[in-house]
Amino acid sequence: MSKYYLNYLDELESEAIFILREVWAQFENPVILFSGGKDSIVVTHLAKKAFYPSKIPFALMHVDTGHNFPETIKFRDDLINNLGVKLIVGSVQESIDNGRVAEEKGKNATRNALQITTLLDAIEEHKVDCAIGGGRRDEEKARAKERFFSHRNDFGEWDPKNQRPELWNLLNGKHFEGEHFRAFPISNWTEMDVWNYIKQENINIPSLYFAHERQVVFRNHSWIPVSEYLKLEEGEKIEKKKIRFRTLGDITITGGIESDADTLEKIVDEVSMMRKTERGDRSDDKRSETAMEDRKRQGYF
Amino acid sequence: MEINNNQLLRFTTAGSVDDGKSTLIGRLLFDSKSIFEDQLESVSATSEKKGHDGVDLALFTDGLKDEREQGITIDVAYRYFTTPKRKFIIADTPGHIQYTRNMVTGASTANAAVILIDARHGVIEQTKRHSFIASLLNIPHLIVCVNKMDLVEYSEERFNEIIGQFEEFSSKLLVKDVRFIPISALLGDNVVNRSENTDWYQGGTLLNILETLHISSDINKIDARFPVQTVLRPQSDEHRDYRGYAGRVASGIYRVGDEVAVLPSGFTSRITSINSGEQQVEEAYAPMSIAITLEDDIDVSRGDMIVKKNNQPEGEQEFDVMLCWLHNEPARPRAKYTVMHTTNEQRAMIKEVVYKIDINSYMRNSEDKDLRMNDISRVKIRTTHRLMLDSYRDNRNTGSIILIDENTNETVAAGMIV
Repeated sequence: MSKYYLNYLDELESEAIFILREVWAQFENPVILFSGGKDSIVVTHLAKKAFYPSKIPFALMHVDTGHNFPETIKFRDDLINNLGVKLIVGSVQESIDNGRVAEEKGKNATRNALQITTLLDAIEEHKVDCAIGGGRRDEEKARAKERFFSHRNDFGEWDPKNQRPELWNLLNGKHFEGEHFRAFPISNWTEMDVWNYIKQENINIPSLYFAHERQVVFRNHSWIPVSEYLKLEEGEKIEKKKIRFRTLGDITITGGIESDADTLEKIVDEVSMMRKTERGDRSDDKRSETAMEDRKRQGYF
Repeated sequence: MEINNNQLLRFTTAGSVDDGKSTLIGRLLFDSKSIFEDQLESVSATSEKKGHDGVDLALFTDGLKDEREQGITIDVAYRYFTTPKRKFIIADTPGHIQYTRNMVTGASTANAAVILIDARHGVIEQTKRHSFIASLLNIPHLIVCVNKMDLVEYSEERFNEIIGQFEEFSSKLLVKDVRFIPISALLGDNVVNRSENTDWYQGGTLLNILETLHISSDINKIDARFPVQTVLRPQSDEHRDYRGYAGRVASGIYRVGDEVAVLPSGFTSRITSINSGEQQVEEAYAPMSIAITLEDDIDVSRGDMIVKKNNQPEGEQEFDVMLCWLHNEPARPRAKYTVMHTTNEQRAMIKEVVYKIDINSYMRNSEDKDLRMNDISRVKIRTTHRLMLDSYRDNRNTGSIILIDENTNETVAAGMIV
């Protein structure tokens, strides 16, 4: 006999599909913000299901810091080909070359905050009225306050103290010209849910998530991959370790963890035993207690 | 961890910092081992900086910069934890500022409400307010936690006295399932672990009750309602003639072959296929997101509702709602709003304010006709076209509306069809 209720993962999936369809119905020109990380891959997978047998009706937008894992770019391009959707790239390097932003200085300089300008420029240039992200409320305390449909004013700013209340399944995406929305279909998912779902659906993800041998440097309590952008500091030495990444971002700030988990099953097991949050290995969030809130207010993902 | 058949339970917590609400959530997260090491380190450091003894559990629910500085919660925050039995979503709503607005928001999708009472103070106005909103929003399960039992020497007598106070006023409410638990969030009694200090208490711990509440009957399975979100027309060689109606089942069960009516047009047809993603399924039920195809080529678009031929909602242009005003700007007399009901949008106006409810005394006031922030009033609404309505008591998804101000695009009110 059927049970007529959904298990938690199916309910989360159904909720996310509902939100993606609302985006399509309420906005003129939505895009999926695609970083090549697991969360945006899951959102893309959900979009495929939401509109089947039609193609995904959104373009994918990648904000490229220029500091990429080569694996991520290959993965992105293969996926785009596979889905037959359009790719829009916003390039931080271009924003620097055009003088829109200046490279950060100092020891822990990153291009993380520079992405805000590139993202907002790309949204404006392509007349995007809704940018769909893979942000989750469990990631960070400022993100815990996000709505499914989150308003951005014409400067792209988020005003967390003045958000529209969101009740039942009624999502209000109304906006004036120049304003836009961010939509977060997997708001209610945790890292564990994402991994369980990837496993259940057998979703293809970049090889970087699986344990592999790599040349790394120990910095800020995690293993930073060696790349052409990495400058060795005094006392640091390059080592070869078996690592994997819990999140993927800019190669210069994404730290790996030592791991033997080289299959989805092993990753799910490992994540369920984890005692640290995934953003704990991201130096962009370690700058201050309110690092994420400050960036988000300005228009960050 | 295999938790594949586990359900999702959403609950809301009502109360203020003074009731120990943040401490309770911190305790639930901490004792259910949902706190990560780096979060614990960060909270321990802050506790030390503030001069607290030990770890201040309330800090786990800290949010925005302003909230931390002022020590209050401004807006609904969502927290997550999972046990081997269930996944939980907590809508953590503030007790002080804009309490009604935030509690209504948090309560709108909740299966259960956790209400905190300070054992020293017993039932206070705030308790009545929170219980009223839980009842108004038709939350199926109410869990009353009598907190700070350690400060009344774990007295059974005091606990029973508070149950008595609660039952005295709650007889006027419409909540079907109410439980009482004596707890100390600070010390952990009966939150996750059974207390040795309350051997007179035979019921479960808070977590135990949350894990075992029977929630699969919370969704209406009788009245099949399917609001159409969008129409899928692939126009590819493989699916040239496909025309699928995409949406989320609001209630009830649909099967291939069912005779259906499309509202408001009233055209009837038969379901030929149901898709859940790429998979074809024989039946679908709430809250599944699906796509339906029909036998006949009839006009169906966003905002329409596909229902069973023999079970249809009322099509109304004028109806009564219990309206909660959510915005700083009060309602303007006879102003036009956009009403959102399922996926349908119409223009609407508030024709009449019938009465306002004092949510502390539950008294009706037919004199005061203003609609201000946090007010809950019975009003008559008129729309430009018919809406396919069920009463909120019967169906939370098809019995709820929001009003949007056409000048500002803000969501200004939430309503429940009477």
